[in-house]
Amino acid sequence: MAEHEDVVWMHTERVISIVELARYCEVEESQVRELVDYGALEPTDPGAEPLAFDAECAPQVRSALRLCHDLELESATVPLVLSLLERIHELERSVRDLTARLGRP
Amino acid sequence: MKFKDYYATLGVGRNAGADEIKKAYRKLAHKFHPDVSKEAGAEERFKEIAEAYQTLKDPEKRAAYDRLGTGYRPGEDFRPPPDWQQQFRAGGGGAAHEGGAFSFDDLDLADLFESLSRQRGAQRGAPRPRRGADYEAAVHLTLEQAFHGTQLELLLGGRKVTARIPKGATTGQRLRLRGQGGKGLDGGADGDVYLDIVLHEHGLFRVTGHDLYLDLPLAPWEAALGATIEVPTLSGAVNLKIPPGTAAGRKLRLAKKGLPKPGGGEGDLYAVVQIVNPTALDERSRELFRELAQHAGFDPRAHFAEATHG
Repeated sequence: MAEHEDVVWMHTERVISIVELARYCEVEESQVRELVDYGALEPTDPGAEPLAFDAECAPQVRSALRLCHDLELESATVPLVLSLLERIHELERSVRDLTARLGRP
Repeated sequence: MKFKDYYATLGVGRNAGADEIKKAYRKLAHKFHPDVSKEAGAEERFKEIAEAYQTLKDPEKRAAYDRLGTGYRPGEDFRPPPDWQQQFRAGGGGAAHEGGAFSFDDLDLADLFESLSRQRGAQRGAPRPRRGADYEAAVHLTLEQAFHGTQLELLLGGRKVTARIPKGATTGQRLRLRGQGGKGLDGGADGDVYLDIVLHEHGLFRVTGHDLYLDLPLAPWEAALGATIEVPTLSGAVNLKIPPGTAAGRKLRLAKKGLPKPGGGEGDLYAVVQIVNPTALDERSRELFRELAQHAGFDPRAHFAEATHG
Protein backbone atom coordinates (compact mmCIF):
# COMPACT_ATOMS: atom_id res chain seq x y z
CA MET A 1 0.00 0.00 0.00
CA ALA A 2 1.18 3.50 -0.82
CA GLU A 3 0.71 4.78 2.73
CA HIS A 4 3.38 2.37 3.93
CA GLU A 5 6.03 4.27 2.01
CA ASP A 6 5.04 7.32 4.01
CA VAL A 7 6.11 5.73 7.26
CA VAL A 8 9.75 6.65 7.73
CA TRP A 9 12.24 6.15 10.54
CA MET A 10 13.78 9.57 10.83
CA HIS A 11 17.30 8.57 11.67
CA THR A 12 17.57 6.25 8.68
CA GLU A 13 17.33 9.31 6.45
CA ARG A 14 20.90 10.10 7.30
CA VAL A 15 20.86 13.70 6.15
CA ILE A 16 18.12 16.27 6.13
CA SER A 17 18.19 19.28 3.79
CA ILE A 18 17.77 22.79 5.12
CA VAL A 19 14.40 22.96 3.35
CA GLU A 20 13.16 19.82 5.11
CA LEU A 21 14.63 20.84 8.45
CA ALA A 22 12.98 24.27 8.31
CA ARG A 23 9.67 22.66 7.40
CA TYR A 24 10.00 20.13 10.19
CA CYS A 25 10.82 22.88 12.70
CA GLU A 26 8.06 25.12 11.31
CA VAL A 27 10.45 28.05 10.87
CA GLU A 28 11.93 30.03 7.99
CA GLU A 29 15.19 28.76 6.47
CA SER A 30 16.84 31.98 7.65
CA GLN A 31 16.34 30.87 11.27
CA VAL A 32 18.13 27.61 10.57
CA ARG A 33 20.95 29.53 8.85
CA GLU A 34 21.21 31.70 11.95
CA LEU A 35 21.98 28.58 14.00
CA VAL A 36 24.70 27.67 11.51
CA ASP A 37 26.15 31.21 11.73
CA TYR A 38 26.24 30.93 15.53
CA GLY A 39 28.06 27.62 15.25
CA ALA A 40 25.24 25.79 17.05
CA LEU A 41 24.45 23.63 14.05
CA GLU A 42 27.00 22.11 11.71
CA PRO A 43 26.13 21.30 8.11
CA THR A 44 27.48 17.99 6.79
CA ASP A 45 29.32 19.93 4.07
CA PRO A 46 29.61 23.67 4.76
CA GLY A 47 30.47 24.42 1.14
CA ALA A 48 27.50 22.66 -0.41
CA GLU A 49 24.18 24.31 -1.26
CA PRO A 50 21.49 23.64 -0.28
CA LEU A 51 22.86 22.98 3.20
CA ALA A 52 22.23 19.56 4.69
CA PHE A 53 22.50 18.29 8.26
CA ASP A 54 22.78 15.04 10.14
CA ALA A 55 19.12 13.98 10.49
CA GLU A 56 19.64 12.90 14.07
CA CYS A 57 19.88 16.52 15.21
CA ALA A 58 16.41 17.39 13.88
CA PRO A 59 14.32 16.72 17.02
CA GLN A 60 16.68 18.79 19.20
CA VAL A 61 16.73 21.69 16.72
CA ARG A 62 12.95 21.64 16.63
CA SER A 63 12.69 21.54 20.42
CA ALA A 64 15.17 24.40 20.88
CA LEU A 65 13.40 26.65 18.37
CA ARG A 66 9.99 25.79 19.76
CA LEU A 67 11.02 26.33 23.38
CA CYS A 68 12.51 29.72 22.60
CA HIS A 69 9.43 30.72 20.63
CA ASP A 70 6.93 29.49 23.21
CA LEU A 71 8.80 30.90 26.20
CA GLU A 72 9.40 34.16 24.31
CA LEU A 73 13.16 33.91 24.74
CA GLU A 74 15.53 36.03 22.67
CA SER A 75 16.67 34.40 19.46
CA ALA A 76 20.28 34.59 20.69
CA THR A 77 19.43 31.95 23.33
CA VAL A 78 18.45 29.31 20.74
CA PRO A 79 22.06 28.10 20.21
CA LEU A 80 22.56 27.75 23.96
CA VAL A 81 19.30 25.85 24.40
CA LEU A 82 20.23 23.64 21.45
CA SER A 83 23.63 22.72 22.84
CA LEU A 84 22.13 21.93 26.24
CA LEU A 85 19.44 19.76 24.67
CA GLU A 86 22.08 17.92 22.65
CA ARG A 87 24.05 17.24 25.81
CA ILE A 88 20.94 15.91 27.54
CA HIS A 89 20.25 13.70 24.52
CA GLU A 90 23.80 12.30 24.60
CA LEU A 91 23.68 11.72 28.36
CA GLU A 92 20.32 9.99 28.15
CA ARG A 93 21.72 7.71 25.48
CA SER A 94 24.75 6.88 27.62
CA VAL A 95 22.55 6.11 30.62
CA ARG A 96 20.38 3.80 28.51
CA ASP A 97 23.46 2.09 27.16
CA LEU A 98 25.08 1.64 30.58
CA THR A 99 21.85 0.45 32.16
CA ALA A 100 21.55 -2.19 29.46
CA ARG A 101 25.13 -3.36 29.86
CA LEU A 102 25.30 -3.36 33.63
CA GLY A 103 21.76 -4.28 34.53
CA ARG A 104 19.39 -2.50 36.81
CA PRO A 105 20.56 -2.13 40.38
CA MET B 1 -19.50 26.18 21.82
CA LYS B 2 -17.90 25.23 25.11
CA PHE B 3 -16.78 27.96 27.43
CA LYS B 4 -13.16 28.08 28.53
CA ASP B 5 -11.99 30.20 31.42
CA TYR B 6 -8.69 31.53 30.14
CA TYR B 7 -8.05 33.49 33.33
CA ALA B 8 -8.44 30.40 35.47
CA THR B 9 -6.18 28.42 33.11
CA LEU B 10 -3.40 30.91 33.77
CA GLY B 11 -4.35 31.29 37.43
CA VAL B 12 -4.84 35.06 37.25
CA GLY B 13 -7.76 37.36 38.07
CA ARG B 14 -9.87 39.03 35.38
CA ASN B 15 -8.25 42.35 36.22
CA ALA B 16 -4.69 41.05 35.86
CA GLY B 17 -2.30 43.37 34.06
CA ALA B 18 -0.34 42.36 30.95
CA ASP B 19 2.82 41.77 32.99
CA GLU B 20 1.04 39.53 35.46
CA ILE B 21 -0.42 37.51 32.59
CA LYS B 22 2.97 37.15 30.94
CA LYS B 23 4.58 36.10 34.21
CA ALA B 24 1.89 33.52 34.93
CA TYR B 25 2.21 32.12 31.42
CA ARG B 26 5.99 31.83 31.58
CA LYS B 27 5.86 30.10 34.92
CA LEU B 28 3.33 27.54 33.69
CA ALA B 29 5.02 27.16 30.29
CA HIS B 30 8.27 26.37 32.02
CA LYS B 31 6.54 23.70 34.06
CA PHE B 32 4.44 22.10 31.31
CA HIS B 33 6.26 22.72 28.03
CA PRO B 34 6.38 19.29 26.35
CA ASP B 35 10.02 19.75 25.35
CA VAL B 36 11.16 19.97 28.97
CA SER B 37 8.37 18.61 31.16
CA LYS B 38 8.30 15.01 32.34
CA GLU B 39 4.84 15.41 33.88
CA ALA B 40 2.03 13.20 32.63
CA GLY B 41 -0.38 15.07 30.36
CA ALA B 42 2.05 17.99 30.04
CA GLU B 43 1.41 18.45 26.33
CA GLU B 44 -2.37 18.83 26.72
CA ARG B 45 -1.91 21.14 29.65
CA PHE B 46 0.58 23.29 27.74
CA LYS B 47 -1.81 23.60 24.79
CA GLU B 48 -4.49 24.97 27.11
CA ILE B 49 -2.04 27.38 28.70
CA ALA B 50 -0.76 28.57 25.32
CA GLU B 51 -4.28 28.98 23.98
CA ALA B 52 -5.27 31.08 26.99
CA TYR B 53 -2.14 33.20 26.66
CA GLN B 54 -2.53 33.76 22.91
CA THR B 55 -5.88 35.38 23.61
CA LEU B 56 -5.16 37.24 26.82
CA LYS B 57 -1.81 38.74 25.77
CA ASP B 58 -3.42 40.49 22.81
CA PRO B 59 -5.45 43.52 24.04
CA GLU B 60 -7.98 43.29 21.18
CA LYS B 61 -8.57 39.56 21.58
CA ARG B 62 -8.73 39.91 25.34
CA ALA B 63 -11.38 42.62 25.02
CA ALA B 64 -13.34 40.38 22.63
CA TYR B 65 -13.01 37.48 25.06
CA ASP B 66 -14.17 39.65 27.97
CA ARG B 67 -17.24 40.67 25.95
CA LEU B 68 -18.24 37.00 25.64
CA GLY B 69 -19.66 37.26 29.10
CA THR B 70 -18.95 35.97 32.57
CA GLY B 71 -20.50 33.47 34.87
CA TYR B 72 -20.05 30.40 32.65
CA ARG B 73 -18.43 27.31 34.03
CA PRO B 74 -15.54 25.83 32.02
CA GLY B 75 -16.94 23.27 29.58
CA GLU B 76 -20.45 24.73 29.79
CA ASP B 77 -22.26 25.25 26.46
CA PHE B 78 -22.70 28.90 25.76
CA ARG B 79 -23.44 31.33 22.96
CA PRO B 80 -21.73 34.68 22.69
CA PRO B 81 -24.06 37.69 22.94
CA PRO B 82 -25.73 38.64 19.60
CA ASP B 83 -23.79 41.86 19.12
CA TRP B 84 -20.54 39.94 19.55
CA GLN B 85 -21.57 37.64 16.73
CA GLN B 86 -22.39 40.60 14.50
CA GLN B 87 -19.06 42.16 15.19
CA PHE B 88 -17.39 38.90 14.36
CA ARG B 89 -19.32 38.57 11.08
CA ALA B 90 -18.53 42.13 10.10
CA GLY B 91 -14.89 41.16 10.06
CA GLY B 92 -15.41 39.07 6.91
CA GLY B 93 -14.42 35.54 6.03
CA GLY B 94 -12.67 32.93 8.07
CA ALA B 95 -11.97 29.30 7.40
CA ALA B 96 -14.33 28.23 10.16
CA HIS B 97 -17.46 29.48 8.42
CA GLU B 98 -16.59 29.43 4.79
CA GLY B 99 -19.35 28.98 2.25
CA GLY B 100 -22.61 29.05 4.09
CA ALA B 101 -24.40 29.54 7.33
CA PHE B 102 -22.13 30.05 10.26
CA SER B 103 -22.85 28.32 13.50
CA PHE B 104 -21.14 28.85 16.81
CA ASP B 105 -22.10 25.32 17.78
CA ASP B 106 -19.43 23.76 15.56
CA LEU B 107 -16.73 26.09 16.78
CA ASP B 108 -14.05 25.80 19.34
CA LEU B 109 -13.12 28.95 21.19
CA ALA B 110 -9.51 28.62 19.99
CA ASP B 111 -10.65 28.42 16.34
CA LEU B 112 -12.73 31.50 16.85
CA PHE B 113 -9.80 33.60 18.02
CA GLU B 114 -7.50 32.06 15.43
CA SER B 115 -10.04 33.14 12.84
CA LEU B 116 -10.13 36.64 14.33
CA SER B 117 -6.36 37.03 13.96
CA ARG B 118 -6.44 35.83 10.39
CA GLN B 119 -9.07 38.44 9.56
CA ARG B 120 -7.00 41.08 11.19
CA GLY B 121 -4.06 39.98 9.07
CA ALA B 122 -6.28 41.36 6.26
CA GLN B 123 -5.02 39.27 3.38
CA ARG B 124 -7.51 40.08 0.69
CA GLY B 125 -7.87 37.96 -2.39
CA ALA B 126 -7.11 34.27 -2.50
CA PRO B 127 -6.46 32.71 0.90
CA ARG B 128 -2.90 31.47 1.43
CA PRO B 129 -2.55 27.70 1.61
CA ARG B 130 -2.01 26.60 5.20
CA ARG B 131 -0.23 23.40 6.02
CA GLY B 132 -2.01 21.09 8.45
CA ALA B 133 -0.72 20.81 11.99
CA ASP B 134 1.99 18.28 12.83
CA TYR B 135 1.23 16.04 15.78
CA GLU B 136 3.75 14.48 18.11
CA ALA B 137 3.22 11.69 20.57
CA ALA B 138 5.28 9.25 22.59
CA VAL B 139 4.32 5.63 21.94
CA HIS B 140 5.18 2.90 24.38
CA LEU B 141 5.83 -0.50 22.87
CA THR B 142 6.63 -3.88 24.29
CA LEU B 143 9.84 -5.49 23.08
CA GLU B 144 7.75 -8.06 21.23
CA GLN B 145 5.83 -5.30 19.40
CA ALA B 146 9.10 -3.67 18.38
CA PHE B 147 10.48 -7.02 17.24
CA HIS B 148 7.53 -7.99 15.05
CA GLY B 149 6.23 -4.52 14.13
CA THR B 150 2.74 -3.53 15.15
CA GLN B 151 -0.24 -1.32 14.45
CA LEU B 152 -1.63 1.14 16.99
CA GLU B 153 -4.72 3.30 17.21
CA LEU B 154 -3.78 6.73 18.52
CA LEU B 155 -5.96 9.69 19.39
CA LEU B 156 -4.18 12.72 17.95
CA GLY B 157 -5.63 16.20 17.55
CA GLY B 158 -9.03 14.82 18.49
CA ARG B 159 -9.15 12.14 15.80
CA LYS B 160 -8.15 8.55 15.51
CA VAL B 161 -4.97 7.82 13.60
CA THR B 162 -3.91 4.29 12.70
CA ALA B 163 -0.16 4.14 13.02
CA ARG B 164 1.75 1.25 11.54
CA ILE B 165 4.98 0.81 13.45
CA PRO B 166 7.32 -1.13 11.19
CA LYS B 167 10.03 -3.43 12.51
CA GLY B 168 13.09 -1.55 13.66
CA ALA B 169 11.72 0.43 16.57
CA THR B 170 13.86 1.11 19.59
CA THR B 171 13.86 3.66 22.37
CA GLY B 172 14.81 7.15 21.28
CA GLN B 173 13.81 6.68 17.67
CA ARG B 174 11.38 8.90 15.88
CA LEU B 175 8.94 7.72 13.25
CA ARG B 176 7.35 10.05 10.75
CA LEU B 177 3.91 9.27 9.31
CA ARG B 178 3.67 11.57 6.33
CA GLY B 179 0.36 13.30 5.76
CA GLN B 180 -1.34 11.71 8.78
CA GLY B 181 -1.44 14.95 10.79
CA GLY B 182 -3.96 17.79 10.67
CA LYS B 183 -5.71 18.53 7.37
CA GLY B 184 -4.24 21.35 5.31
CA LEU B 185 -6.42 24.38 4.54
CA ASP B 186 -6.89 26.20 1.25
CA GLY B 187 -4.77 23.75 -0.70
CA GLY B 188 -2.04 23.38 1.94
CA ALA B 189 -0.47 19.96 2.49
CA ASP B 190 -1.64 17.75 5.34
CA GLY B 191 0.57 17.75 8.42
CA ASP B 192 2.72 14.86 9.59
CA VAL B 193 2.65 12.73 12.72
CA TYR B 194 5.89 12.19 14.64
CA LEU B 195 6.06 9.33 17.06
CA ASP B 196 8.76 9.04 19.71
CA ILE B 197 9.38 5.42 20.51
CA VAL B 198 9.77 4.30 24.10
CA LEU B 199 10.19 0.59 24.82
CA HIS B 200 8.71 -0.87 27.97
CA GLU B 201 11.11 -2.60 30.31
CA HIS B 202 11.20 -6.33 29.70
CA GLY B 203 11.45 -8.96 32.39
CA LEU B 204 14.55 -10.55 30.79
CA PHE B 205 16.07 -8.37 28.09
CA ARG B 206 17.62 -4.92 28.40
CA VAL B 207 17.88 -2.80 25.30
CA THR B 208 20.56 -0.48 23.98
CA GLY B 209 20.06 0.65 20.44
CA HIS B 210 19.16 -2.59 18.66
CA ASP B 211 21.28 -4.82 20.89
CA LEU B 212 19.82 -6.79 23.76
CA TYR B 213 21.45 -7.84 27.02
CA LEU B 214 20.35 -10.84 29.01
CA ASP B 215 21.66 -11.88 32.43
CA LEU B 216 22.65 -15.54 32.15
CA PRO B 217 22.86 -17.31 35.52
CA LEU B 218 25.12 -20.40 35.53
CA ALA B 219 25.71 -22.96 38.25
CA PRO B 220 29.40 -23.03 39.36
CA TRP B 221 29.90 -26.43 37.73
CA GLU B 222 28.35 -25.25 34.41
CA ALA B 223 30.78 -22.33 34.37
CA ALA B 224 33.71 -24.56 35.31
CA LEU B 225 33.04 -27.55 33.07
CA GLY B 226 31.25 -25.88 30.19
CA ALA B 227 27.74 -26.79 29.10
CA THR B 228 25.22 -26.40 26.34
CA ILE B 229 22.23 -24.53 27.67
CA GLU B 230 18.97 -23.21 26.30
CA VAL B 231 18.73 -19.41 26.12
CA PRO B 232 15.53 -17.46 25.37
CA THR B 233 15.53 -14.99 22.47
CA LEU B 234 12.71 -12.94 20.97
CA SER B 235 12.47 -15.46 18.13
CA GLY B 236 12.43 -18.53 20.38
CA ALA B 237 14.92 -20.47 22.48
CA VAL B 238 18.36 -21.30 21.06
CA ASN B 239 21.18 -23.52 22.32
CA LEU B 240 24.26 -21.71 23.57
CA LYS B 241 27.58 -23.43 24.19
CA ILE B 242 29.30 -22.30 27.38
CA PRO B 243 33.08 -22.82 27.15
CA PRO B 244 34.78 -24.49 30.13
CA GLY B 245 36.21 -22.02 32.65
CA THR B 246 33.76 -19.25 31.83
CA ALA B 247 34.12 -16.30 34.21
CA ALA B 248 31.30 -14.21 35.68
CA GLY B 249 30.75 -11.01 33.72
CA ARG B 250 31.81 -12.56 30.43
CA LYS B 251 29.58 -11.54 27.54
CA LEU B 252 28.62 -14.28 25.13
CA ARG B 253 27.39 -12.88 21.85
CA LEU B 254 24.48 -14.38 19.97
CA ALA B 255 24.84 -12.64 16.61
CA LYS B 256 21.70 -11.24 14.98
CA LYS B 257 19.44 -12.22 17.86
CA GLY B 258 18.74 -8.61 18.83
CA LEU B 259 16.11 -6.24 17.45
CA PRO B 260 15.67 -5.84 13.70
CA LYS B 261 17.19 -2.60 12.35
CA PRO B 262 15.21 -0.21 10.17
CA GLY B 263 17.58 -0.44 7.20
CA GLY B 264 17.79 -4.26 7.39
CA GLY B 265 19.92 -6.53 9.54
CA GLU B 266 19.61 -7.17 13.24
CA GLY B 267 21.31 -6.20 16.43
CA ASP B 268 23.03 -8.81 18.62
CA LEU B 269 22.02 -10.44 21.87
CA TYR B 270 24.63 -10.52 24.64
CA ALA B 271 24.27 -13.06 27.41
CA VAL B 272 26.11 -11.75 30.47
CA VAL B 273 27.34 -14.60 32.66
CA GLN B 274 26.47 -14.65 36.34
CA ILE B 275 27.63 -17.45 38.58
CA VAL B 276 24.94 -18.42 41.04
CA ASN B 277 25.24 -20.77 43.98
CA PRO B 278 22.44 -23.10 45.02
CA THR B 279 20.44 -21.42 47.76
CA ALA B 280 20.21 -24.47 50.00
CA LEU B 281 22.95 -27.08 50.17
CA ASP B 282 22.38 -30.45 51.74
CA GLU B 283 25.14 -32.18 53.69
CA ARG B 284 26.32 -34.25 50.73
CA SER B 285 26.68 -31.17 48.53
CA ARG B 286 28.63 -29.33 51.22
CA GLU B 287 30.88 -32.37 51.51
CA LEU B 288 31.55 -32.27 47.76
CA PHE B 289 32.37 -28.54 47.83
CA ARG B 290 34.77 -29.08 50.76
CA GLU B 291 36.44 -31.86 48.82
CA LEU B 292 36.74 -29.60 45.78
CA ALA B 293 38.17 -26.76 47.86
CA GLN B 294 40.92 -29.03 49.26
CA HIS B 295 41.63 -30.64 45.96
CA ALA B 296 41.64 -27.57 43.67
CA GLY B 297 44.16 -25.50 45.64
CA PHE B 298 42.81 -22.44 43.92
CA ASP B 299 43.29 -18.89 45.27
CA PRO B 300 41.05 -16.50 43.32
CA ARG B 301 42.63 -13.54 45.16
CA ALA B 302 46.28 -14.31 44.47
CA HIS B 303 46.67 -11.02 42.62
CA PHE B 304 45.80 -9.06 45.82
CA ALA B 305 49.11 -10.13 47.36
CA GLU B 306 51.04 -9.38 44.17
CA ALA B 307 49.52 -5.94 43.93
CA THR B 308 50.16 -5.00 47.56
CA HIS B 309 53.66 -6.51 48.00
CA GLY B 310 54.92 -6.36 44.47
